[in-house]
Amino acid sequence: MNMKTLVQRFVAVLGILAVLGIVGISVTPAAQAQQINPTAQSVTEESLFEALQDDQMVEGRVSIPDGLSSGLIKPGNPSWASTHTGLVRNLSIAAVVGAIVVLTLFYMIRGKIMVDGKMSGIRILRFTAIERFAHWLMAGSFIILALTGLNLVVGRTMILPWLGEGAFSTITIWGKIAHNYVGWAFMLGLTLSFLVWVAHNIPNKVDAEWVAQGGGLLKKGVHPPARKFNAGQKVIFWLTTLGGAALSFTGFMLLFPIVAGTQADWQFYQLIHGIVAAGLSFVIIAHIYIGSIGMEGAFDAMGTGEVDLNWAKEHHSLWVEEVQGKAKSGDSSARGTQPAE
Amino acid sequence: MARMKFLCDADRCIECNACVTACKNEHEVPWGINRRRVVTINDGLPGERSVSMACMHCTDAPCAAVCPVDCFYTTDDAVVLHSKDTCIGCGYCFYACPFGAPQYPKVGNFGTRGKMDKCTYCAGGPEADMTEAEYVKYGSNRLAEGKLPLCAEMCSTKSLLAGDGDIIAEIYKERVVTRGYGSGAWGWRTAYGDTVTV
Repeated sequence: MNMKTLVQRFVAVLGILAVLGIVGISVTPAAQAQQINPTAQSVTEESLFEALQDDQMVEGRVSIPDGLSSGLIKPGNPSWASTHTGLVRNLSIAAVVGAIVVLTLFYMIRGKIMVDGKMSGIRILRFTAIERFAHWLMAGSFIILALTGLNLVVGRTMILPWLGEGAFSTITIWGKIAHNYVGWAFMLGLTLSFLVWVAHNIPNKVDAEWVAQGGGLLKKGVHPPARKFNAGQKVIFWLTTLGGAALSFTGFMLLFPIVAGTQADWQFYQLIHGIVAAGLSFVIIAHIYIGSIGMEGAFDAMGTGEVDLNWAKEHHSLWVEEVQGKAKSGDSSARGTQPAE
Repeated sequence: MARMKFLCDADRCIECNACVTACKNEHEVPWGINRRRVVTINDGLPGERSVSMACMHCTDAPCAAVCPVDCFYTTDDAVVLHSKDTCIGCGYCFYACPFGAPQYPKVGNFGTRGKMDKCTYCAGGPEADMTEAEYVKYGSNRLAEGKLPLCAEMCSTKSLLAGDGDIIAEIYKERVVTRGYGSGAWGWRTAYGDTVTV
């Protein structure tokens, strides 16, 4: 028994030694290799940068609760910065300055568009109170939004040197707050305007004729027929609707950045917002011109809601026929025809 | 004057987050704001590296370029600072920053944020050096006391280096040559246009 146990132990010890030896032979070189270069597979900034696609970032894991801070380096961010300070700023300046230059030239060449026949003194209702409310809600909020938005883009170079840092900061803070809240009024006004006017803004054959005659804008005494809205007004309607919708959507996303997604999404929405705003500002400045100093009698339509009959006959002949046709047939819309005083 | 920079030698960083804690404590940084953070790349994989990151005080800083109220300024030491009195909390600097440095203290309605807060390189703000007003808004001004940023000063493995860019680049190069490897000067090519080549 004793002898047998000893032999067994001897064999066991031999076996263990043999196993250790084999493992030792295989382990030692590996351990040495690791000592020589334990970082053979280490990530390097260079390799990560080479693997980066556009708009991607070098990302990892953070132990702090703010998961959004796990991005380490996003080399593309300065390109948003240069687009914002380059393209968006230039387009904004070009839109405003361009509109003023074009309209000044137009005013100098064409002058104020007058009513060719004299004012009749008879006034007919063109826009109801609801239509005017929708228009002015949209228009008033748009002007506030455009000015406060433009201030964010060009105020630093154009207003800051005049006002000084403290005062400029104060008005810009109030401008930012106004922009955030008035945006909702704009969305409401835009929706109302769309609902009350979309039926009148479907393009038709009359518009082709209007465009062919240059809208009567270029030559005195030319008055192509138009219904409630002529082709030019329809263009403004659709540009305002689509541009306003784009501004509303991107603005909404910027107001709720968590809904919008990641930083790349915010940058995208911000650039679209700025570019569309610049384009729409151009359109609206032209619209303000033709609705005020550019054309005799035009402002009344949105001011009192009533326009002179002769103005209406010249600019919206088919619409006048429609309205008067209704009035003659004894329709209750006869309320639209009233003496001026 | 020196051109101050940060350099995180990721081959030495052990992700202890002492730099993060030191920064928060030194400047009494409020909850939810991290002027400095440690990001671990390839976490759990062979060759993972941790990098301590804060504002890199860029050359031609994109944050300063996009600020609508021009609240940023660069000191003689090339440290990028800003005025919280002027800041309107619009968030553009956060859009522009490649390092996620700008932080905002509150989340209000409609995405409104408070005054931006970020790493000051322990150099305070526009207020007079080492005053209470400066401390409340920006934290302590160690540079004015002749000291370097606390995060780097107390880094236990001397991974995070702060100081003149040429000097810390030289230290890093020496390390890379001596040990035979280096994962790079993280953020340098983005912040300063060139990296440390060995």
